[in-house]
Amino acid sequence: MSCERRDFLKLAGISTLLGLAGRGTLDALAQQVPEVAPRERPLTAKRWAITIDLRKWTPQDSEACIRACHDEHNVPHFDNPKDEVKWMWMEDFEHSFPSQENLYLSEEYHNRQVPLLCNHCDNPPCTRVCPTQATWKREQDGIVMMDWHRCIGCRYCIAACPYGSRSFNWRDPRPHIHGGDPERLNRAFPTRQRGVVEKCTFCEERLAEGKPPACVEACRSGAMAFGDLEDPHSQVRHLLQENFSIRRKPGLGTQPEVYYLV
Amino acid sequence: MFDAPKVILGLIIFVGLATFPLWYNGASGQAGNLPDLVYPDPAAHGTQCILDKEYMKASHMDLLNQWRDDVVRRGDRVYEAPDGRKFVMSLQNTCMGCHTEKARFCDQCHNYLSVKPYCWECHIEPKGSF
Repeated sequence: MSCERRDFLKLAGISTLLGLAGRGTLDALAQQVPEVAPRERPLTAKRWAITIDLRKWTPQDSEACIRACHDEHNVPHFDNPKDEVKWMWMEDFEHSFPSQENLYLSEEYHNRQVPLLCNHCDNPPCTRVCPTQATWKREQDGIVMMDWHRCIGCRYCIAACPYGSRSFNWRDPRPHIHGGDPERLNRAFPTRQRGVVEKCTFCEERLAEGKPPACVEACRSGAMAFGDLEDPHSQVRHLLQENFSIRRKPGLGTQPEVYYLV
Repeated sequence: MFDAPKVILGLIIFVGLATFPLWYNGASGQAGNLPDLVYPDPAAHGTQCILDKEYMKASHMDLLNQWRDDVVRRGDRVYEAPDGRKFVMSLQNTCMGCHTEKARFCDQCHNYLSVKPYCWECHIEPKGSF
């Protein structure tokens, strides 16, 4: 990485010098090979995790985070709920945490909408059932990744996931992304094709560029945080130490890595 | 031979029909329509692709498969060419960043050879040819 930085500084210096030479710059650029702009330092971790503080979460966050995620990844919108494709979505408390629904739960939590996304489980049941290894847990950082090239659309993973985090493209998604308006696609990211399962990827493509996940970035209230669960000094570890947290369906043993602070 | 004129006439018609695609193409001048590729503007993008032209012409699909596996499955996103230049491995962003006209580049040979890669069912074409 440090080498790339060095290359970048060299290039920047040379460009500045050439800039002083006026037209010479254009000629020199014409000779330039279309090399990559050196990237920001990628964000890495041993075990990525997200914390969501339900006390801070606002209805504006629900709107902004879901829109940021779905716009970023060209997630289609279908009016028919049977066709729904979702990476991030809202659900009421009772259905998000079925084991926490005690009698006479406080009104505050009883009526609360909870943001849900793929839990990137430490022990993901979805990856175990995939016959083509189109989904797997990344060894380097624990992200439950998908290879859409390899998915054959058998939907075993949808059946295996206890959180409803996976969606199937029953129809061609392209005409249903921003109503089929190609101008509004995110051209840096692909769409999916019919017959492929999709889900949240922890914005691994953004982490590689040194950016936080789109939902965390869009969350204005600061209710969302992300970080390395295995780094004792990370923000998520501090938050987990200082607050009481719950996870979805912990009894299943999947070890979800999205923590809700309550 | 009985009915020689009829048999010979029938044979001539049969051979004519069987070879119809060949002579029709020849007569209509379509066979001469070789792919006509538009290369990226050298002023903006230079003249050197990631690897040399002959390799790219014959084996770009191998490179793309290797890139796909490196990025998606190994999380490795930077490709270092043998001459030391580095590229972000991305069909949609890197390749199409220079080759902005799919219809006048990719499609030219693919149509000529009647190969139908399904890259574009997911990867988004550059704006010029959407």
